[in-house]
Parts: sequence; C-alpha cells; structure tokens
Amino acid sequence: MNHSITEPDRAPLDAVLLYVLTGLLALGAIFATAFSDDRLFRFHGYLLIGAFILAFALLTVALSSGRLRSPQERYADGVIRAGVIATMFWAVVGLLVGVVIAAQLAWPNIMYFPEHGWLNFGRLRPLHTSGVIFAFGGNALIATSFYVVQRTSKARLAGGVWPWFVFWGYQLFIVLAATGYLAGITQSREYAEPEWYIDLWLTVVWVAYLLVFLGTLWKRKEPHIYVANWFYLAFIVTIALLHVINNLAMPVGALHHRSYSLFAGVQDALTQWWYGHNAVGFFLTAGFLGMMYYFVPKRAERPVYSYRLSIVHFWSLIFIYIWAGPHHLHYTALPQWAQTLGMTFSIMLWMPSWGGMINGLMTLSGAWDKLRTDPVIRMMVVAIAFYGMSTFEGPLMSIRAVNSLSHYTDWTIGHVHSGALGWVGFISFGAMYCMVPWLWKKDRLYSNQLVEWHFWIATTGILLYICAMWVSGIMEGLMWREYTPQGFLANAFVETVAAKHVENVIRMLGGLMYLTGALIMSYNLWRTVRLPSPVSAAATPAPALIPAE
Amino acid sequence: MSGLSYETVAMFAQQGGTLYFAAIFAAGVAYALWPRNGEAFRRAAMLPLEKDEDDNVQA
Repeated sequence: MNHSITEPDRAPLDAVLLYVLTGLLALGAIFATAFSDDRLFRFHGYLLIGAFILAFALLTVALSSGRLRSPQERYADGVIRAGVIATMFWAVVGLLVGVVIAAQLAWPNIMYFPEHGWLNFGRLRPLHTSGVIFAFGGNALIATSFYVVQRTSKARLAGGVWPWFVFWGYQLFIVLAATGYLAGITQSREYAEPEWYIDLWLTVVWVAYLLVFLGTLWKRKEPHIYVANWFYLAFIVTIALLHVINNLAMPVGALHHRSYSLFAGVQDALTQWWYGHNAVGFFLTAGFLGMMYYFVPKRAERPVYSYRLSIVHFWSLIFIYIWAGPHHLHYTALPQWAQTLGMTFSIMLWMPSWGGMINGLMTLSGAWDKLRTDPVIRMMVVAIAFYGMSTFEGPLMSIRAVNSLSHYTDWTIGHVHSGALGWVGFISFGAMYCMVPWLWKKDRLYSNQLVEWHFWIATTGILLYICAMWVSGIMEGLMWREYTPQGFLANAFVETVAAKHVENVIRMLGGLMYLTGALIMSYNLWRTVRLPSPVSAAATPAPALIPAE
Repeated sequence: MSGLSYETVAMFAQQGGTLYFAAIFAAGVAYALWPRNGEAFRRAAMLPLEKDEDDNVQA
C-alpha cells in the first residue's frame, strides 16, 4: 500500500459500511441457499449469491483503488446516468412483454405454449405490469428525484455511495421479482406479487432511498423546499407505508419461498385495494407530478403558473387519494358505506387533479409556440392532457352505476393505459429527453426529427389502444348483462371473448407502436450520448485560414 | 376496560380524525394563500430555471 502524506487514503465510512453489509449478505445468502430444501427458494438463493459476491468483488476493487469518494462541491450525477439507462432498458423490456401478452389475447391459438409454463399469460402479465410500473416507472422516479432534489437543494446527494446501493438494490429487486414470476413465485396480490423475502429486500432498499432523499433535503442550501420535492417525498413515504402493510405475511418456513397473508376475507380485499389504488395515487401520480413540477417549467423556461396552486394541489391530492381504494370493491362483501366512501373521495379527486393539470398546462401560457417548435415540450404537455383525461375518467368509473358496466371489462384496461402510456410514459420520456443532454454534457439531442417520429407514432398507438378498449369494454359489459326474453343470460362468457378479437388486434398494434416509439427514443438517446461534447469541440484550435466571403 | 368500548374508540377516531385532518388541510391552504409568503413562493418558483445543468454545486 502506498500511503501518500498529502492525501490520506482512508476509505470513506459510508463505503466501508456498504462493503461490510454486502459481505454479510453474501454469507447469509450462501447459508440460506445451502440449508433450504425448497427448489424455488434455492433458485433465488443462487441469484442472490451471484449478485452479492459480484457487488463485494467490485467494492473490493473500488475501495482498494481509492475511488468511491464523494466530493461535496459536485453533484452526484453518475447514479442518475445509470438510472436513465436502466429506465430505457426496462421501458423496452416491459413494453415488449406487454406486446407479447396482447398478442396472446389477440391470437390465443397461435400464442399459447402449454409446454413452456413460464410463457403462460398468467406469469407474463405480472412481468409486464411490474416491468412497466416498478422497473420503468420506478427507475424514472428514482433517477429524476435524485436530479431534482440535488439541483433544487443545491447540495450533493447525501449518503456517499448509498445512492448507488439504492440503484443496484432496486435493480436486484426487479430481477428477483421478474424471475420469480416466470418461475411461479407469486403471492397473487395485484401489483405486489413478489414473495416475502423480496418484499423485505425492497423495504431495505426503500428505507435507504428515503434516508438519501431526506439527508439531501436536510443539508440543502436553499431555505425553501421546492414543491417537486414534496411530491417525491410523499411518493417515497407513502409507498413505504403501503408496501409494508399490504405485504404483512407469515412465511411457510424461514427458508421457503411461500407465505400467507396476515389478512383474510374482505379485510384482505380492502387492504389490497388500499395498497393498489394508492400505488396509482402515490407511485404513478404523486411521483410523476414531482417530475412535472420540475421539468415542465425548466423546459418551458417559465416558472410554474401558480406556486400557491401547486401547494394546494399537493395537500388536497394526498389527503383525498388515500381514501379512494374501496371503489375497486363495488358490489362485493365490503360494507356499502365503505364502497360509497371510496366513490365519494374518488369524485372529490376531480378537483386536485384538474387543479394540477391546469397548473401544468398554464405554465406554457405565453409560450405556446414551443408546442410547435419543441417536440419534447409537446410530449410533456400531451402527458399533462392525458393526466387530466384519465383523472376525469377514473372518478367517472368509480361511480357505482358506471362501475356496474365497466368493472372487470377492458374499459378498465384502457383507462389504466391512458394513464400509464399517456401520462406516466410521456412525462418520463420528456424528462429523459431533457436530462440526457444535461447529464452527458451535450448541447442538444441527436435528432429532434426522431423525437417527432417518437411522439406521433406513440400518440397514435395510445389512441388506437384506448379507443379499442373503450369499444371492447363497453361491448362486453353490455353483453354480460344481456338477458333473453325468458330471463336467461344471452351470452356465454366465451362468446364475449370471441367478440373482442378485432379490438384485441388493434390493441396489440397500438402497443407495438408505443414500443416502436421507445426503441426510436433509445436509439436517439444513445446517439446523443455519442455526440462530441461541445467543450472538447471548443478546445480544438480554430482553422488558421478563414475563407473570404 | 369498562369505559373504553368499541363505540367510544370509533367515535373518537372518526370525529377526532375528521377534525385533525381538516385542521391540517386548513393549515396547508392557509400557508399556501398567506399573503406574506408570496415573495418566498415567487423565489421558489424560479428554482428550476437556474442554469445548473453542469455538475458543480452552486454556492
């Protein structure tokens, strides 16, 4: 070891802590795998051993070479660059799986593989939902929240190397969840399918995320906490709460993958939809509103339309959303008053949602010409429009009478996708298009023309998707309640499925177009990263001779 | 345990909770609309517009 006098190479404490933890986790994973007699648990055990040993080895190299320092005068942007790459990778994976299962619904005879259980719709569907919500959306939220909290706090991320733990720990959670679904490891809770040990791991990662975020706010040099950070913080705190309570379960054994929920019956149903709807409210809405409140003003080069309104938006949204879950349980064993409560709060959500939408859209006032010239801002404005549309449609569908037609039909699927593809997807794409040139020090995107292509192909895809689902949803809802003059149901269930064939094909095409847009975007961002940096271009000497004009 | 019936606890949680949430929400709205906070909000709204895309933390 070379000890220089001017530069003591004592390893930073945060890195040593992470190093020790990784070593202990590797040991724990080895023992747990060795002593388990559950084949599926061992499968994940091998995966964990590989991940922890790899992390341990990389940390050993990094620590001994004196890296892993955290200069406080520089922002921690490396972890955000990694987050952008992960976001685009999981976007393509999650959307691709979506197209595959859409094709399975459109052509059940061709796309059915009974000899490969892991290709079954039932296993691929959670892979798609978790892939787009948690892998794509989650990475977009973590990356942008790290960007926004640093810039608006004028402080480097807290915790030294721990933001990297949050990033890689979250990827490990995704890989465990995804491989688990394919192998048949699921606790069958909607949007919370991972089993107990994966839930525990996510809890550790999430607490680290919360501490990094809070620590950065704590050392901020800006007296006021910018409103985007409030939304991000509400997202982080509420998801922690929802995740822990919804996943309270008793494992069959300490070294067994299976567990049973502590809840049963209607209490279980209510807990699941308290979780499920607030995953929509706080993961897919509050977090991405944080994104909107930073990137739309930044890109439009105008402050948010009304800062006061953004605060009212925040408090009313978080106070009302948390009660809306029971609208998923109309006409069930849930007491009528609880259903009505969920419905009432859903309708009340119209106000904060539209207040926020107006606030986002009006930020453009005086700069509407940017819609024509800047496809990135157009993408974000269309995202806000979809936010307004799907938050209008949602309360409508929560009304008991409407729900009696819409529930269990494709209408719900269409509604979810206008929110997910239109709002969540487009606002994230917009933020990524903004961040990539900033993070990789380029003065522009590789091609605005490709952004135009992305925008129009993806927007057309969304419209095809949601229109097809409106038609098929209302059609099947009407077919399910159709009676013959003798009082019998007029249609067998399979007839309602067969009737949706054309709409299912259109839906698959819409999804394929959206995926195509994401692939175009990935190419565009990759070429942007490969552009020569403006700094190095300026450093090259100017040509000696300037031609006469 | 005689005084602490289900009805008592439920009434406290429902009515107390309503007042509690309404009070916090009112406080949030009052904070947002308080005239003296206007200047701080105007300043805060400008935060995203600063030229801070490079990786040096600004003073």
